[in-house]
Amino acid sequence: MSRFRRRYGASPLHALAHLAAFALAGFALLHLLEVRGADRVLLWLVGAVVLHDLLLLPFYSALDRAAQALAGPAVNYVRVPAGLSALLLLVFFPLILGRSTATLEAVSGAPAADYLARWLLITGVLCAGSAAVYLVKARAKRAPGAPAATARASSKVSTSRRGGR
Amino acid sequence: MTPPPGPFRPGFWRSPLRGPWLTTLLGALLLAGVTVVAVTGFLSHVAYEPGAGDNAIVDPRRDLPLGLGWPASPAWLYALTQGLHVNVGLATVPLLLAKLWSVIPRLFAWPPAVSPAQAVERASIALLVSSAVFEFATGILNAQNYYPFGFSFVVAHYYGAVIFVGALAVHIVVKLPVMARAYRERERSNDGHEAPQPAPPTITRRGLLGFVGAGSGLLLLVNAGESLGGPLRSLALLAPRGGDPGPGPNGFPVNKTAKVAGIAPALTGDRYRLVVRAGERELRLSRADLLAMEQRTERLPIACVEGWTTTQDWTGVPLARLAASVGAAGASELHVESLQRRGGFRQATLTRTQFGNERALLALRVNGADLSLDHGFPARVIVPALPGVHNTKWVRALTFGGAA
Repeated sequence: MSRFRRRYGASPLHALAHLAAFALAGFALLHLLEVRGADRVLLWLVGAVVLHDLLLLPFYSALDRAAQALAGPAVNYVRVPAGLSALLLLVFFPLILGRSTATLEAVSGAPAADYLARWLLITGVLCAGSAAVYLVKARAKRAPGAPAATARASSKVSTSRRGGR
Repeated sequence: MTPPPGPFRPGFWRSPLRGPWLTTLLGALLLAGVTVVAVTGFLSHVAYEPGAGDNAIVDPRRDLPLGLGWPASPAWLYALTQGLHVNVGLATVPLLLAKLWSVIPRLFAWPPAVSPAQAVERASIALLVSSAVFEFATGILNAQNYYPFGFSFVVAHYYGAVIFVGALAVHIVVKLPVMARAYRERERSNDGHEAPQPAPPTITRRGLLGFVGAGSGLLLLVNAGESLGGPLRSLALLAPRGGDPGPGPNGFPVNKTAKVAGIAPALTGDRYRLVVRAGERELRLSRADLLAMEQRTERLPIACVEGWTTTQDWTGVPLARLAASVGAAGASELHVESLQRRGGFRQATLTRTQFGNERALLALRVNGADLSLDHGFPARVIVPALPGVHNTKWVRALTFGGAA
């Protein structure tokens, strides 16, 4: 093993590749520091990691734990629609929460769509779809000889979709 | 060295799904996505022709040498590249979230570094994650016309991309052998992702990948219609330009209204004269003069940097014909100025490839009717494959310049 590798912990190529990346980042950061609002750019760059790694990820992990505790083995029927709905909110929150409605209406000259209602509608469809799949699977799981379900909800689920496991 | 309690202890992380195989697969998919997004992003920078006139938004003395020249054919080129930039970017969000989730235990590795090499590597990963989240966040907010950041979006998004691409390239160089091993050995290798005391699984790895895929598909479903147009537009429930633009020949999305641009009706009335210049020669043309010239109709898309596109039938005078009218058939540049008094993009410089294209028009009418004031009445530029905002509206002056 070469002396460099012993002291540094990797090949010289590793060091050179990283130096190149740092130099490029330095080029970009130096120029970023010259634009208006440079301090806020740095804040956003650091804030991006902090927000994701130390807030968003622990937050949704905790929600997921709570869902597991509440829903038990049926957790995925809650997790999937709720996760997809949360993803839409994460990406489209400026529209859904009306943060850019005034700007959009001014620049486009058209009334903005009711994004909150649309998001709620999509969330409703996702949850209803998940519930339907849950009911179909729960019915299919029962022994074929078992008495037919009498719950009102079962009448809403088409029996022709029982094929899935 | 005993790690501090909490996430620094390996036993803290319990998910049985984490492991080199999952991280490798997510990483490979994410790499495909961000490659498309990065390439199309830099292509958009090229499409704005920062080397021509005052087009540059990023200071040209502090820019990368990317002046490659942007073609004017095929007409849908910018709609394609920018539609990919925005929509593939959206579809990549779940992959980025899942990838970061799969490697989160590594953030709390203890000791933080066992060698200088590892310390250097972790610093580059900090740059990578921070620039990645920064790029996605600023891009997504900009597409929704939400600007809480207080800095120039274009400049910050551009330099952020430079940091991201450099950090990503070195990450790939370092991780390629790790990925290759994970692919070969499937579940057998373990480099610190795997939980030492896993909890019972609540979802399979295939289930998790399906979940991520469903997230990508859903994001595409609610947005891609604004880029693809046609009947799909009505499916794009969360697309930013989802408002109803109204009926009639001018019933298509407006990027910026005349009111916002500060266009006074008096400027566009009977006293309107278009100035066409080249060197000493100057023509002043009324809208009637322009309509009396030979008209040409072209079906052309106009695509916004925010990812939405609309294709319409534009009628007007070819820009090359206007160049000839002032004896500037051989001009190399066209500087276009708007009646707009304030705000960005009230001027643009077009290259010869752009204004010289036979389908490049000074449009006076759209879909058989006069342009509406919001769509640029009395006259606007429409050039194939040109970024939307360079198709200047309310054109006041055309100045042809450069070598004959």
